[in-house]
Amino acid sequence: MAEPMKQFEVHTIVPLNVAGLDVSITNSTVWMAISATVLAGFFTLAFARPSVVPSRAQSVGELLFSLIDDLAHSIIGHESKSFMPLVFSLFGFIATMNLLGMFVVPFTPTSQLAVTATLALLTIAIVVVVGFWKNGFGFFKLFVPSGVPIALLPLMVPIEIISFLVRPLTLALRLFGNMLGGHVVLNIFGSFVVSLGLLGLAGGVATLGFLGAGVALGSVVALLALEFIVAFLQAFVFAALTCVYLNDVVNLHSH
Amino acid sequence: MDVHAAKYIGAGLAMLGMIGAGIGLGILFGNYLSGALRNPSAAAGERPMLFLGMALTEALGIFALVIAFIILFV
Repeated sequence: MAEPMKQFEVHTIVPLNVAGLDVSITNSTVWMAISATVLAGFFTLAFARPSVVPSRAQSVGELLFSLIDDLAHSIIGHESKSFMPLVFSLFGFIATMNLLGMFVVPFTPTSQLAVTATLALLTIAIVVVVGFWKNGFGFFKLFVPSGVPIALLPLMVPIEIISFLVRPLTLALRLFGNMLGGHVVLNIFGSFVVSLGLLGLAGGVATLGFLGAGVALGSVVALLALEFIVAFLQAFVFAALTCVYLNDVVNLHSH
Repeated sequence: MDVHAAKYIGAGLAMLGMIGAGIGLGILFGNYLSGALRNPSAAAGERPMLFLGMALTEALGIFALVIAFIILFV
C-alpha cells in the first residue's frame, strides 16, 4: 500500500571511488548541486544590474538578505557583518534544498541525516573555532554561567558541557526530522486519496469512498501549504540558532 | 509477542512524547497573542522570537517522531 520510506532511497548515478572512499554521484548529491546552482544563479541574476529602485527579483533578494541581516544584527550585535556570509549561505542553501524538494520529483537532500549532520557539525566546528580565536582559553568560561554559587559549579559545569555537545545533535535532528516527517505524512495522505478512490469504484455504499478521497485530497493540499512554510521556517531557524551559538562565543564577556 | 506487533506498539508509545510539545506550543502562542493584544505595536518586533520558539519546541516533538520511525523501520 503506502511505501512512505521508498522516496528516501539514495540511488548511485555515477559510481566514483577515491582512495577507498565512496564519493559517488548520487541523486542526493545531484540535487544538492542543483540547489546550490539555483541559489547562486538567482542571486547573480537578481543583482546583475542593481538599481536604486529594485526590480522584482532584486527586491526579493534584498528582502531575504535584510531578513537574515536584521536577525544576525539583533542577536550578535555589531560584529554580525563578518558572520553574514556563513549564516546567509546556510539559510539560502537549506531553504533552497527544502523548497525544491517540495515539488515531488526532486529529491530532498535534507531528508538524509548524513546531510543535516554534516551541516550541523560544520556549523558547531566553526562556532568552536571562532570561540577559541576570539577568546583563547577563555572559551571555557562559556561553561561557567555567571552568578552561580561555587558549591553548585561541579553540578552546573558538566550540565553546561553536555548541553553544548548536544547542540549539533539537535541542529541535525531538527532539520532531518521536520523534512522526513513532512514527506512521510504527505506520502501517506496521498496514498489515502488513491486507496479511498479505488474503494469508491466498487460501487454501492462504497461510493462514499470518493467523498473520503476528496477529504484526503483537501488535507494533502493543506499539508503541502504547511510543508512549504515549514521548509522555509526550518532554514530560518537553523540560521537563527547559528547566530545564537555565535553570539554565545563572540560576546562571551558581556553576558 | 511478535516482533512486528511490538514495533507498532513501541512506535505508538513513542509518539506520546508529542503531547508535551503540543502543550508547549499552545502556551507559547497563547502568551504571544495576549502580549500582542496588550501592546500591538511591539508585537511585530517579537515575531521572529515567536517563530524561533515555535521551531525549538516543535523540534522536541519531532525528536519523538524520529524515535518512532527508528523503532518502526530500523
